[in-house]
Formats: sequence, C-alpha cells, structure tokens
Amino acid sequence: MSAVQATTAFDTVRTPDPANRPIKIHTASVKVTYGQKEALHGVSIDIPEKAVTAFIGPSGCGKSTFLRCINRMNDTIAGARVEGTIKLDDQDIYDPDLDVVELRARVGMVFQKPNPFPKSIFDNVAYGPRIHGLARSKADLEEIVVTSLQKASLFNEVKDRLSEPGTGLSGGQQQRLCIARAIAVSPEVILMDEPCSALDPIATAKVEELIDELRANFTIVIVTHSMQQAARVSQRTAFFHLGHLIEEGPTDHVFTNPLEQRTQDYITGRFG
Amino acid sequence: MTEAASTVPASRLGGAEVRKISKIDIGLKRRYAAERRFRTYGVLAVTIAICFLVALFSSIVSRGYTAFQQTRISMIVDFDPNIIAPDGDRSADAVMSGNAFRFDDLIAASLQKTLELDPNDEDALYDALDLLSKGSAPMLRSMIANDPSLIGTKRNVDFYATGDVDSFIKGSIRADIPESQRLIKDKHIALIEKLENEGALRLAFNTGLFTNGASTRPEMAGVGVALVGSLYMMLVVLVLSLPLGVAGSIYLEEFAPKNRWTDLIEVNINNLAAVPSIVYGLLGLAVFINFAHLPRSASLVGGLVLTLTTLPTIIIATRAALKAVPPSIREAGLGVGASKMQTVFHHVLPLAMPGVLTGTIIGLAHALGETAPLLMIGMKAFVVEYPTTPFDPATALPTQIYMWATEPERAFTERTSAAIIVLLAFLLAMNSLAIILRRAFERRW
Repeated sequence: MSAVQATTAFDTVRTPDPANRPIKIHTASVKVTYGQKEALHGVSIDIPEKAVTAFIGPSGCGKSTFLRCINRMNDTIAGARVEGTIKLDDQDIYDPDLDVVELRARVGMVFQKPNPFPKSIFDNVAYGPRIHGLARSKADLEEIVVTSLQKASLFNEVKDRLSEPGTGLSGGQQQRLCIARAIAVSPEVILMDEPCSALDPIATAKVEELIDELRANFTIVIVTHSMQQAARVSQRTAFFHLGHLIEEGPTDHVFTNPLEQRTQDYITGRFG
Repeated sequence: MTEAASTVPASRLGGAEVRKISKIDIGLKRRYAAERRFRTYGVLAVTIAICFLVALFSSIVSRGYTAFQQTRISMIVDFDPNIIAPDGDRSADAVMSGNAFRFDDLIAASLQKTLELDPNDEDALYDALDLLSKGSAPMLRSMIANDPSLIGTKRNVDFYATGDVDSFIKGSIRADIPESQRLIKDKHIALIEKLENEGALRLAFNTGLFTNGASTRPEMAGVGVALVGSLYMMLVVLVLSLPLGVAGSIYLEEFAPKNRWTDLIEVNINNLAAVPSIVYGLLGLAVFINFAHLPRSASLVGGLVLTLTTLPTIIIATRAALKAVPPSIREAGLGVGASKMQTVFHHVLPLAMPGVLTGTIIGLAHALGETAPLLMIGMKAFVVEYPTTPFDPATALPTQIYMWATEPERAFTERTSAAIIVLLAFLLAMNSLAIILRRAFERRW
C-alpha cells in the first residue's frame, strides 16, 4: 500500500469483501499513458474470484482503459504504455516471458459492440477451441460449441441454424454469441466492456441474467455506464473518476452507503 | 411555438410570426435551388461522359468491325505430284525444301482454270495473281507438308485475297475515284467481278486475325502472338505482384511500427504510383536486360516491368481495403487468443479480399494497356512464331496496336481498330472475372 500512496494523490477508499473470496487478479499502482497523456494515475485493486466486479464512472474516467490492461489489449494501441503490476493468480501478466496469446485464452473479453466474426454461428464459437487445439475430434468440438452456446443461453434459439452467419442474429443474440465465443476457450476471467450498451432492455435483461449464471464458474469484470446494471449484477463495485480509483467495495455498500463524496454525487446523478 | 399559437387568439397572430416563417421559406428556396443545380451538374457530367464513351466505342467499332471478316478466293487446286514432288519424295522435308516457285505454278494453274484465262496470256495471269495474297504459295506449301496425302488429289482451297482487294470488297477503296489514284485498277475490278459471278470470291469470318502472328501483308497479319504475349505477361504480373503487393501491404498496415521510416515508405509508394511508366521501361532495360541478361522482347521481362508499375496500385488498394476492415474484428480475434497473424489471415484479410481483388484487377487492367515500358524493352518486334514459353520473343496487344497504327494500308487501319476491340474485350473479360470473384468472396460472409 505504501507504494500506492507514493504515486497517487490520495487513497482509494476501500471496504473489504465480507465473503472473503480468494483474490484472482491483483493490481498495484497501474498507470497507463497514451503518448504524452496519462489516462490512469495509479490504480490498485484486488478482484475476487468467481464474482462479478463492476467498474463504474463517468465517460473518460479510465475504467475501460484499466479493463483492457487485464488482458493486454492495450498492447495493440500504438503509443500506449502500461506501468505497475497486474498479477493473475500471482503471475505478472506484463512479464516478458509471459505469452500474450496464452493470457488472452485465460482472460476472455466481450466488447461493447457485438462483434461476431462474419462466419457461421458454429464457426464463431468453434474458432477459439480450434486455434488453441482444445478439441481432439470433431465430436469434441461440437460438444464444446453446444455447451458454450447452452451456457450463454443461446442454444435453444439457434440450434436449428448453426450454419447460418452469426452476423444475421439480433443484437442481443449476437452479444450472447460473443459471450459463448469467449467461454468456449474455458477462460478463467471474462472481461466485459459495456456489454449491454448497444442492446435493448429485453436483450439487456437476458445478458444480465446470463452474467449472473456465469459467476458460478468465471471471474467476471464488467464495465458499465448503468448504475442499475452494476447494482443488479455485481458483487463488488469500483468507482473511477478522472483516472483515479475513488472507491471500491461490496456493491450494496457502495450504492447504499458510499464513503466518498464523489461516489455519492455520481450515483445520485449529480454529475457524470 | 404550438403552445403560443393555441393560447394567442388567431386575430393577434401574424406580424412577427408570419414574417419569420417567410424568412425561412426564402432560405429554403435557395437551399432547394442549390440542390437542384447540383443535381443538374451531376446529370450533365454523366451525360457528357456517356456521350464521349459512345462516340469512342462507335468510332472504334465502326472502323474495326469489318476486320472480323475477310475476303477469300476459293479455287480448285490440282495437287499435281509431277510439280510438287518431281523426284517422287513426298515427305514433309522434301515439300518444304526445293524450288519454292513450284507452288506458285500450282496456284497459277488453278487461277487460269477458274478464270478461264488464255494460257498464253501472261499479263492476264499476272493481273489475276495480283488479287491473291503473296502469302498464298507458302500457305499451300505448309498445307501439303502437314498433309502429304493431298498430293495427287484435286481439292477446293480457300486463298486470302490481298489487303487491297479486301478493302475494295468492303468499300474502303472506292471504285468511283480516277483509276490513276486507285490501288485496284479497272482490269482487277473486271477479274474480281468475274470471280464474284462464279461464286469463288466471298467474305468469311477472319480466324487469322486471332491466330496469325506478325506479317507485312495485312491479310496474313493477326494478333495471335500479341494475345499469347499479353496473356503470359498478365500471368507473370499476377503471380508476382499479387503475393508481393498483398504481403507488403499486410506488413505495412498490420505489423510494421508506425514511425518515420514507415511514413517515408508510404509516401514513396504513393509517389511510385505516379511515376511515368516509361521510366519503369528504362529501369527494366537497364536491370533485367543489360544487367541480368534476360532475353529481349520476352514476355517474362515485360511481365517483370509491368509488375513494377502495378505493385504501387495493388499496395495502395490493399492497404485501403485493410484499413476499411472494422477494428472490432481485430479485437474479436485477439480477444479469443488468436495471434496477430492468425487474426490477420483468418479474419481481416478475408474481409478485405473483395477490395484487394478489385485493386489487383485495376492494376492488371492498367498493365494490360501499358505500352511505353514495353517499347523500351523491345516488345515492339516482328514476331511471326508463337512464343512457347515466357522467355520467347513476343509482342503485346498494345504494342501490336501501336505498330499497326503506323502502317499505311487500309487493311491495317481496320485491323488496328479490330485489335483495339480485342484488347477491350480482354479487359471486359478480366473485369467480369473480378466481379464474379468479388461476388464469390462476398457471399461467404
């Protein structure tokens, strides 16, 4: 903690996890700079295993940037530089020896806009297992695809048209297809970057229900603009503001009894 | 506004309110007028373009279509063994060697018979021989060499009329100008009419235009060698420039770091696309022929030079196509743990493929019509024999057009236009192929 205090202007207000879940991801004073501009000013947070952690905060507060550090998607952005430590199960993910492809197989991601591959529904889900060699036979692969689609509560809707293009599905179905694609490689962590912002309320409800079910098997980190959504699906909530992590704690605690004035202001809609 | 209107009595409306609406009205009128003007300009531009296109095509087609027909004179030839093989040796070698004039004798004999000329009137015979292509005797000789069983038989043989007779039949040499200025004299016209009456002289489809090589006699000249040369060049260009160009642009667009060096490379690729093609011809002459000692006039060298001219086009088009692929697809690929290369080859490139193909076909179409660099490396040669490999001397369609355009004969003028039609048909076929390929690739998504 002392290192954090040295690099940040203030302390993050923390409320410990009452359930005392084991820590899946540990980060300490993570700073991200794009060229000359520092987008994150040192974020330290522990993300518990098999729970949903929500990142909330106004636009441009750095929550998506932080999320993309966890599977090193920021590597693909020219001029982005990440400092600090991010550990997944005690393994430093920015270790030069670590294989980024392996990391991304362990830490899956679902994006803001549904982005299925322009291929069949089957191939969308089968792509990850195929490139990682997870299926020994065709039957194996089919089983992975079916169970992934079932876990994503999409199977019943698409079982008769697995060979049709994934891009032909509705927005909500596409997003669940993307979730199925992510879980097909059996990741440990699933990162979700505003997964419902492009969906209508019914599709959103379905995805939220799905997130709640997935929590039993996966560690989920979700960035959301909707405070109701954070309150509904997450167990822990972290509030970001202007590149700082202001407050983190159990979701009900953060929403009913925030310790920081800025958190209070944001969740009551005074700014943001 | 509506609230105000509903609360204020109608009598008190007007004044400021009405004036405001009319002010917007005036502005609207101006805006609509501007739009109408713009549309009119657009329609005008398209109409003018279409007019030019129609004028271009109709002028080429009206000059060239006659070349697809050719005047033939068919006569019964007596393949007299005493003339063809006086020593009894009927092998192909014996036919090809020996006195070449014996075949002229065969032709003269059948002309005399067909036109019922006085065997002692040499002048009449020479006038009649003027009608036949000077290539007739060699044609007859190779015909016999290919099929020695003809010897001793009597067969109907189709001979080519000379280019001038052909032009006269097609009306491009007119009979109503004074005889002294006419290439076809009155005595020839009399013979032509006689042949016509006997049904020996007729117009037939000109297969030789597509199969023959270069010839100084227009009736024997064709674009066969040029077609094969162009085809070889296109193959060389496709095989070299497509993988090189696509691989280069994938590296520059997806993998290369964005720094001053890659910026410099990008600027220079754009500059190369604007370099006059004759400069590439000089480069090809210096590098491929003088330095690497590759054969002159070979379609391989032509293909290499055209590859250089085509590469910038393909690279620019491919980079644009790659840029147009939404980044979300790259993120999706990387997100499930695909490597950079897997992402590019499994997801980005297939999506960019229609654009890549369009760019390639545009590049190839450019290369097909390119003339100047080919002149520099000697593809403006007189090539009679078909090239069997890309290393053999050949010409190309545009250089063939260039060479024919400088010939004075009427028959060459129509052949020039015909060769342009062939070139345009080649282009059309290539573009259709591009459209078919595009459809095929697009349907998969």
